[in-house]
Amino acid sequence: MWIEWNIAVKFLREGRSQTALILVGIAVGVSVIVFITALITGLQANIIERTLGTQAHIKIQSPDEINRVVPAAYGTTQLILEDKRPQQLRSINNWQQVIEILDRFNQVTAVSPIVSGPAFARRGESLESVALVGINVARYQKIIPISNDIVSGQFRVGAGDAVIGKLLAENLGLRVGDKLRLDAGLDDHSVVNIAGVFELGVRELDSRYVYLDLKQAQSLLNLAGGVTVIDITVQDIFSADVVAARIGRLTGLKSESWMETNTQLMNALSSQSLSTNMISLFVALSVAFGIASVLSVSVVQRTREIGILRAMGTTQQQMLRVFLIQGAVYGLAGSLVGSMAGYALVWAFNKLGPGLFYIPVSSTLVPIAMAIATVTGVLSAAIPARRAARLDPVVAIRYV
Amino acid sequence: MSDKHDVLRLQAIKKSYNVGQPTETEVLHGIDMLVAQSDFTALIGPSGSGKSTLLNLIGLLDTPTSGELFLLGKPTREMDDAARTSLRGNSIGFVFQFHHLIQAFTAMENVLMPLMLAHGKPDKESLDRGKQLLAEVGLEKFINKKPNELSGGQQQRVAIARALITRPALLLADEPTGNLDTKTAADVFALFRRFNEKFGCAFLLVTHDPRLSDSCDRTLTLVDGMIVKQ
Repeated sequence: MWIEWNIAVKFLREGRSQTALILVGIAVGVSVIVFITALITGLQANIIERTLGTQAHIKIQSPDEINRVVPAAYGTTQLILEDKRPQQLRSINNWQQVIEILDRFNQVTAVSPIVSGPAFARRGESLESVALVGINVARYQKIIPISNDIVSGQFRVGAGDAVIGKLLAENLGLRVGDKLRLDAGLDDHSVVNIAGVFELGVRELDSRYVYLDLKQAQSLLNLAGGVTVIDITVQDIFSADVVAARIGRLTGLKSESWMETNTQLMNALSSQSLSTNMISLFVALSVAFGIASVLSVSVVQRTREIGILRAMGTTQQQMLRVFLIQGAVYGLAGSLVGSMAGYALVWAFNKLGPGLFYIPVSSTLVPIAMAIATVTGVLSAAIPARRAARLDPVVAIRYV
Repeated sequence: MSDKHDVLRLQAIKKSYNVGQPTETEVLHGIDMLVAQSDFTALIGPSGSGKSTLLNLIGLLDTPTSGELFLLGKPTREMDDAARTSLRGNSIGFVFQFHHLIQAFTAMENVLMPLMLAHGKPDKESLDRGKQLLAEVGLEKFINKKPNELSGGQQQRVAIARALITRPALLLADEPTGNLDTKTAADVFALFRRFNEKFGCAFLLVTHDPRLSDSCDRTLTLVDGMIVKQ
């Protein structure tokens, strides 16, 4: 390999301006790929973080109630016209055991039982529809760290205390320490004390959520001792659907991952990834064609030298390698420069950009980009290299 | 002649182009020839007589259509590219009319190229041999010069040193002086003679120049694809 490497490098150095031009081309391509990949990765991480910052990765609920149909008698045909049953608020059966199991579940990082149901919040003459959320504070904090988002008062539920969203507080003119009457549409109603106001930045939550103690919510919703939802977070958010499916099979409960409940978001993310990959692919393709055409020209320019080298004992394999190495060097050197330029762009974006979000710099992106560029270089060199190797030395030597 | 072994033996070598097509032409019509160790032979003939074709066949750059070519006693017609390349690299040195040095390499690197292609990075012995050869062709001061920094005669001398670096059994020269002035041509010829005596390697010179062929020990004349005079 030593001599092939030597000849390749000498050839590259001799064709200095050609080499410089194609290196710039490769570098531009690689920097675009590195920057756009980092940008989109950062953007997606940011979107996901914002989305999952206010919701569980997996939600577990009772399975839907379905109509039970008496089976048809043998030999008869049955036509069924059925309406879907209304789903009433029900507790998850044996939820304590389910939680015990989930606590020991691999990949599950937090489990929080919740009682959740609709209610009206009334203050004086004004009325707002709200969602009651009965929680165990310690467990719920691990799912959504609400105490970080408290804008006034503190995150305290229990003993008649409730925490409400900022928009709800504004709509009802409430402040910390005020009283609020909650009515779940059943006979029972209760008056709670506003202990804190939170702002999660999601309109739906800030205008509707009322956090209560688990027990108080249970009694308001007439679900003594029950919970309606179990929230779960997992280690790897992108395996949430797999974990959810496993939990569903294991418990027989309805288990939905954030990916299912946010299909729009997932669609957006995957089409974003797709378009990024397409851009990268086409940039890589044009880089590959660039390398191939420069080397093709070089083979033509060096036809006579190739002939002489063959006459002096260069095998076809050696000649092939000389040009493959040139392709690899183009890819490697170009991607090195390109990666640095890509990093500079990321840095500039983080420092001087609009500051909408931060692009994290992945330590694997550059080695991967360089490896791919090098392989691309070798592959693009394949055709010119084959042509060089197959040149007839007799013809090549006489080539002028 | 009997105490010298054969370097090259051609048996009924024929060469045709465009085989199987209406334009098929036979260029060589059954060549028999023998070159023994340390022979100093000229191959002459008019243009179009097939000299270059024959030289390409002998140099294992091309394969005959029929007949057999023995190089150092080995039949070569059925060899694959790798075997031919290896045999060519080890036993044949080439000197072309147009020097044909690799521009990207220095004089020394050009001289060492056949060795580097076969064995990789040159060892001290190879380097010494390269230096010695360049000194013998009078270019010890130009070791690190690139070909474009040398005159035509100097380049041809580098090419001769390169052809001799592997101590080949046979040196093929295609119009080696065709591109040089008389004085330089005479110098180059003198070098050939000296190396022929010193290393005992057989020389086969293709030439148009009667002064050159007259100075050789033996002259083969090729006319219309046949050797007419040995």
